[in-house]
Parts: sequence; structure tokens; C-alpha cells
Amino acid sequence: MMISLDHVTKVYRHAEHAAVSDVSIAIDKGEFTFLVGPSGSGKSTLIRLILREERATRGRIDVLGHNLSTISSRKVPFYRRKLGVVFQDFRLLTNKSAAENIAFSLEVTGRSRGYIRQAVPDVLRLVGLDGLGDQMPNELSGGEQQRVAIARAVVTKPDLLLADEPTGNLDPDTSRGIMTLLERINAGGTTVVMATHDTDTVNRMRRRVIELERGRLVRDEDRAGYEVAR
Amino acid sequence: MKFGRILRETNHGLSRNLSMVVSIVLVTFVSLTFVGAAALMQMQITQMKTYWYDKAQVAVYLCNDSSSTDVCPDGSVTTAQRQAVRAKLSSDALKPYVERVYFEDQKQALQNFRTEFKGNSSLNWVSESDMADTFWVRLKDPSQSSVISETLNGQAGVDQVQDQRAYLDRIFGVLRLASYTAIGLAALMLAAAILLISTTIRQSAFARRKELGIMRLVGASNLYIEAPFVMEGVISAFIGSVLASGALAGVVQFFVQGYLSQRLQGTALITLGSTWAVFPLVIAVGVVLAALASIVAIRRYLRV
Repeated sequence: MMISLDHVTKVYRHAEHAAVSDVSIAIDKGEFTFLVGPSGSGKSTLIRLILREERATRGRIDVLGHNLSTISSRKVPFYRRKLGVVFQDFRLLTNKSAAENIAFSLEVTGRSRGYIRQAVPDVLRLVGLDGLGDQMPNELSGGEQQRVAIARAVVTKPDLLLADEPTGNLDPDTSRGIMTLLERINAGGTTVVMATHDTDTVNRMRRRVIELERGRLVRDEDRAGYEVAR
Repeated sequence: MKFGRILRETNHGLSRNLSMVVSIVLVTFVSLTFVGAAALMQMQITQMKTYWYDKAQVAVYLCNDSSSTDVCPDGSVTTAQRQAVRAKLSSDALKPYVERVYFEDQKQALQNFRTEFKGNSSLNWVSESDMADTFWVRLKDPSQSSVISETLNGQAGVDQVQDQRAYLDRIFGVLRLASYTAIGLAALMLAAAILLISTTIRQSAFARRKELGIMRLVGASNLYIEAPFVMEGVISAFIGSVLASGALAGVVQFFVQGYLSQRLQGTALITLGSTWAVFPLVIAVGVVLAALASIVAIRRYLRV
């Protein structure tokens, strides 16, 4: 099991209600899973819990063989090197070119210069940005920026890719391109967990859907659409 | 490669925050100068103590023509009175305390006075009769001078019993007070320096929060993230403490050895040789405090 949540509850400090409440999920290696639900349903909190940016208030989370309730903060960076993560707002460094943004995550995790020189063009090709490495983020379209962000997330060859509303800022055509890319990455063996409220995308892809509502798990269905078939 | 990058980041941080770095340098400079000054004063006190306490004796001044008639109703001391004082000093009652007694008559006293105040204009007015016959008493335990004064005060022919050590203690008291004041000021300034360092580090981290956020997401190690910030604080404080050491060395060399030694001849003053340990100490205090302040500041910032 790649990700396992066992009766997980998260209550933020000073919050009245739990952001995530008694959720149990198991996700296997190689799966492509959508996390759906309206804003504030707990999708992002779940992503943050898996990233170990937050600790669960109750319950147990195991990811890639690490127990996230007991992992020491010294080991968290090494745990995070095994995952990639993408966000709605891309989070690129605006003073670095596309290639430098990708190289940055390799540099700060101590990869050699030779490895970086080889890996960056490879991953640019993978995400369809061949030849655009020297562009600055503000010279790229939204879809291209998200591709840079995805390239940065997967250049370390992670076992697990977390995506928090990666198509949230993109138009439908561009979104489709991003989803094709994520599918290709998934086909290469990387487990993908994607939080979204993009109905079209979920309905088109027919993958596993985990639905949250006010922090509670209300649906966990394979090859499903955004809404329950009635 | 990894070390090179940390250095590059440090350099980047330093140049970006130049004004803050300058203020850290100045505050650590001033505070550590106080720390060092307090240490130097303590060393000066110790040095003077060993020098003076070694020489300090109990002086038993005998009556002369200028003594007040309250204490010396008979005027100048008579030979019989002098014999009586000498007898008392070598009596069985005082013997256990006294190591040595040395008598100095008016003539010798004038001679010593003249060498001591050579070149001083007041010498012209002083005559032998202004000097007093004196028994210099060296004690086995210098702190027990009260035994001598209790025995000899009121003795016929004795003008005054003066414990030079008690007299010196008052001077040392003033010096000690000055050095405690310096320590107090140093503590205040160090507190200011620590707060300034943590503010600067936090500001520096805030300016780079986006980069830091990404570094944390992709799994850069804590040491790797923190090191440039800690280096930033440490290097600034190091510059400040080197300046402080330089200033203190200058004070010892030019003020104490240059100015004071001209005016206080015969006083054992501190030299660069006897105080060298203060300088690495000052630098170590600066660097260690800056490192701790930076580590705490950056850890607290990153946890939030």
C-alpha cells in the first residue's frame, strides 16, 4: 500500500470544526486517484497531511513506508524527496528561467551538476517544453508554467505525485493537455493523487474518485464521474 | 558543490541586507567592546592587587611637629616612646601576626619621598620635620591589620596607624564598580545584538519565503536551508567582534601602555602580552551568541 489513512482527523488550531474528520483511505501503487468535493471540504488539508506539512490530530497516516505521525522532523526532507507536488498557482521562482526552476529542486537536494545537466533537458522533453528552457516564467503561458511546475515535481522521479487543483487556473483546452501529461506520468508508474473540482476532467477520465464533504469521506468509487450516478 | 552553494547564498543574503548587516556589525562591535573592557578592568584589578598587596604594609606613623595635639599632646615623639612602640611590636602578643618590622626615620622618609615625587614642585617646601618616623609592619596575614591598629592606637607617641591595604581596597572598589557597570552595559548591548540578529534573520527569511517554501517542498535538508542564514549572522558578528578586539587592543596599547603608563609610573599596568586571551574570547563570545541567535530565529521562522 502506497498511501494509507486510518481514521484520520485533522482539527486546525482555533478551528471549531474538523477540516478532515475520521477519514480512512488506501491507495495502491500506480493508481490515479481524484480527490473531489466543494471548496473547504478538506481536499487540500488531505494533500497537506500526506505532504506532512500538517500532522493529523488523530489517526494514522502511512505513506511510502513512513509513519507520518512519528516521523522525525529531521527525516521529513528525505521523505519529501520521494514525492512530487504541484499546485494551482504553479509556485515558480519568477527570477529563474524554466530550466533553472527545475534545476533548483535538484540543486537544493544535493544532486551533482552533471546529473542536473542531463536530467533537466530530459524532463523538459517529457512535459513538452523542448527548447523553452531558457524562457522566464512570465514569458510562458499558464499551461506552460504548469508544465514547468510538473517537470520540477517529477524530475526527481518520485513514486508519488500530489496535485492540488493543477488545472484550477487553466482553460479547458489547456487543462486537457495537462491531464494528458499527468496520465502519461502515471503510465510511467508514478502514483498520482489529484485534488480538483473540475467536473469535466473527472467525468472524462473515469478514474477512482474519492469525494469529501465537510471533511467526511462520502464516496470512494472506481472508474467514476464527479457526481454520483443517479 | 553543496558548500559552494551555501557560500553563494550567504554572500547573496549579506549583500541584499547590507544596512542590516552593518547594524549587526556595529551593535556587536559596541557590545563586545564593553564585554572586553570589563574583562580588561578585572585583569587590571588583579594585576594591581598582586603588585600592591605585595608591597602594602601597615604604617605606624609616629608623632612629629605637625601632628595634631589631640593625638600627640607631648609633641614630637620621644626616644622612650619610640622604644615603647618597638617593644610592643615585638611583644609576644603581636609576634604571631608580624612577619617583619622596618623602621624609617624622618631623614630616610624624606629621601624616599623625594625619589617618589621626583620633578614635583611641592618637593621644595617639604623638609625633614614634615616627615614622620614610621614603623613599617609587614603582616603574615595582611587581612589582620586590625590587631596592630587596636594595640597601637592611643599608644603614646603614635600619630596614626594606617593599613595601606584597606586604603587600596577603596581604590579597587571603585575600579570594580566600573567594571561591573561595563558588564551591565555589555549585557544590555548583547541583548540588543541578539534581538537585532534574530530580527534581521527573520526579515531575510521573509524576503526569501517563496524560495524557502519550494526548498522545503522538494525536500532540501534543514541544515541546507538554515546554514546560509546562520552564516549571515555569524559572519556579521565575526566582523563586529574582530573590530571590538582591535579597539580593545588599541586601548591597551595606546591608552594604557602609552598614556597611563607615562602618568602612573611604578604601577603595574596590563600589557598586550598579559591580556591577549581577552581577544579570542571576545571573538568567540560574538560568534557563538550570533550562531545561537540565528539558529533559534530561523528555526522559529520555518516552523510557523
